[in-house]
Amino acid sequence: MKKYDVVTTLSYPKTGAMGKTGTWRIFRPILNKDKCVKCLRCWIFCPEGAIIRKEDDSVEIDYNYCKGCGICARECKVKVITMEREE
Amino acid sequence: MSLKDLPKDEYLLPGSAACPGCPATIGLRTVLKALGKKTILVVPACCTAVIESWYPNSSFNVPLLNIAFEASGATASGIVSALKQKGRDDINVVVWAGDGGTYDIGIQAMSGAFERGTDFIYICYNNQIYSNTGIQRSGATPYGAWTTTTVGGKGEFPKDMGAIVRAHHIPYAASACISYPEDLYNKVRKAKEIKGPKYIEVLTPCPPGWRFPMDRTVEMGRLAVETGVWPLYEYENEEMTFNGISRAIFEGKYKRKPVEDWLKLQGRFSHLFKPKRDEERIKRFEKFVDDMWERFRKEFG
Amino acid sequence: MRVVVDTGNHIAALAAKLAKPDVIAAYPITPQTTIVEKIAEYVAKGEFSGDYICVESEHSAMSACIGASAAGARTFTATSAHGLLLMHEMLHWAALARLPIVMVNVNRAIGPGWTIWSDQNDSMAQRDTGWIQIYCSSNQEIFDSIIQAFKLAEHKDVQLPVMVCYDGFILSHTSMPVKVPEQEEIDDFLPKREPAWILDPENPVTHGNIIMPKDYPSIRKAMQDAQENAKKLIPEIAEEWKERFGTYHGDLIEKYRCEDADYIIMSYAALGAESKVVIDMLRKKGKKVGLARLRVFRPFPSEDILSLAENADLIVIDRSISIGFEGPLFTEVKSCLYGKSDAKVYGFIAGLGGKDVRYTDIGKIVDRVIERKQDGVLWYDVEGGK
Repeated sequence: MKKYDVVTTLSYPKTGAMGKTGTWRIFRPILNKDKCVKCLRCWIFCPEGAIIRKEDDSVEIDYNYCKGCGICARECKVKVITMEREE
Repeated sequence: MSLKDLPKDEYLLPGSAACPGCPATIGLRTVLKALGKKTILVVPACCTAVIESWYPNSSFNVPLLNIAFEASGATASGIVSALKQKGRDDINVVVWAGDGGTYDIGIQAMSGAFERGTDFIYICYNNQIYSNTGIQRSGATPYGAWTTTTVGGKGEFPKDMGAIVRAHHIPYAASACISYPEDLYNKVRKAKEIKGPKYIEVLTPCPPGWRFPMDRTVEMGRLAVETGVWPLYEYENEEMTFNGISRAIFEGKYKRKPVEDWLKLQGRFSHLFKPKRDEERIKRFEKFVDDMWERFRKEFG
Repeated sequence: MRVVVDTGNHIAALAAKLAKPDVIAAYPITPQTTIVEKIAEYVAKGEFSGDYICVESEHSAMSACIGASAAGARTFTATSAHGLLLMHEMLHWAALARLPIVMVNVNRAIGPGWTIWSDQNDSMAQRDTGWIQIYCSSNQEIFDSIIQAFKLAEHKDVQLPVMVCYDGFILSHTSMPVKVPEQEEIDDFLPKREPAWILDPENPVTHGNIIMPKDYPSIRKAMQDAQENAKKLIPEIAEEWKERFGTYHGDLIEKYRCEDADYIIMSYAALGAESKVVIDMLRKKGKKVGLARLRVFRPFPSEDILSLAENADLIVIDRSISIGFEGPLFTEVKSCLYGKSDAKVYGFIAGLGGKDVRYTDIGKIVDRVIERKQDGVLWYDVEGGK
């Protein structure tokens, strides 16, 4: 990543540009991996890209950035994601 | 094609400034997967300009030029021209603008870029309001909707941007929705391969703007299509093809769900139902949708 | 080297062509139209190597230039009066984005009522945009300044857009002989642009997202520093041009018979040039008057003005007015003398709306000063102007 010297509003790509947005959550999604059918709906519909798609198309939630919107739970084909209140 | 066929690459990085449940980011993730790395985005004033997060960090992993609200189309023309001169015209130049920067303040620049035949994709992500400035009405706001500047419900109907764009006779104009990611992905992939101006309008249901819970974003888009409020189509070389459920609606093979079912789920239409039903306005809204499909049948049947 | 006899506008178009911009995006407006038309002719003849975009408004012209420049192109445009005003927002944008766009502004008064004749309210109103402003008083100077403007704008210590201004009709539509160097010589003087930043998928940057208050002032300070650098570079570039091509019009200021002057006229562009005739006349009558034709408005040549004021009083003629106060040049000249000089400064407003200002008028202005030592601002030859 080349950074330019000229002083103007140039910003560079950063994961977590707003910090660990997981702290925004009130509810967190809990996935029952065993029952997941790897339909990838939660992956494509996550506004944050906080659902990571693995090599075998299983998914894993990145709680560092998940904002807890609940879309994944809502769109899950087999309803194996539940939203639980953060402690 | 299925979701498995969509690439894994993420060009919108997690941890952006977007609201939880934001449809713009859902759309962007799919769109950027279809475009790939060799893409330059032009983003006018809109929610996405904020979603990028603040200097010196950006949530975008493609080059992105922010520009003034009304200027997207012209700016894109300039970028495309420069890339051509530099022998780098294998790079997608894509405007990603809200309905404000497209229907209203940005319409002139977009129209000019289309008329000049600029080789770029113009994507309007439409949440039917000036969202970034706090939910004011736009030329895309539906009839009867509450916004901060149409407090009793908008008295006018939205512009037929589809017809306006089609009147420019550009090679490709499409209507999509974030709730149908394969369809959106395919449309962007197709547009990418066509030379000349392309337009894709993507319905992006906004939780704070439309007043619904943040987990129902995708559902709201789906219902918009199932009720016929929002059509999915492609207008390629002046031939119209409807997609998915919209095709079934067009062909008379699918009975649209009641428009009311969509209206009732959104707080921005609650005054049409409480304290009592505003039959007149609900009927007018339904007629608008009926008339739209009637026009489609007349023109493309 | 050849000699071309043509109008200011056509000479501007020629200079723009020879500077080899990658992209020109422009919109017609009187009295700039013959620039865009000449460029279109070059395109039709296959003489223009770049891309020419006929945009649908001046706001879009500057927006297209910004997009092109951000993607690495050398860019050029031209406008006047209302067109300049329409792109005002984007002028700020281009400067804050540090994009070295070069633009010709043919000075024209602003309406309503509609007027096509020259005054400088249009470019003066862009004072605070961060653009460097050069004012020309001959077609040779137009040619030289445009090519020098690219070199200045693209210099690593500047990286700011530059506007080259000259009077509508007085210069834009008047033919003069101009010495034009060969393309190779110009290429040698003006090498390819090396962008200070660029939109490139191999190095994805975001330009222009939200910037917090703690970070914003540095952006502005850097622009200020860049204009300070420009103050030094403008004379250097002009010197280099003189050595290579023989033509020269002064550094930040063109000084004429100032060495022993009691009074020095200060003005821009055509008014400035016209003053030379009067100075020779008055000198013959024993009045010791000189001319400082300012070439640059931003960066403002404060130090040079201060040094001219060491031994002379200053007669400032503005071809514009900041309604509610004074002519902008009058205000700024006084401001740079503050606390450092006891020279008197006399202010005149003349030529608004293109009202003709002849050398005889300038002579009368000088006489007013010498005889009456008039205070404040005088609106020359305007009813009630004092």
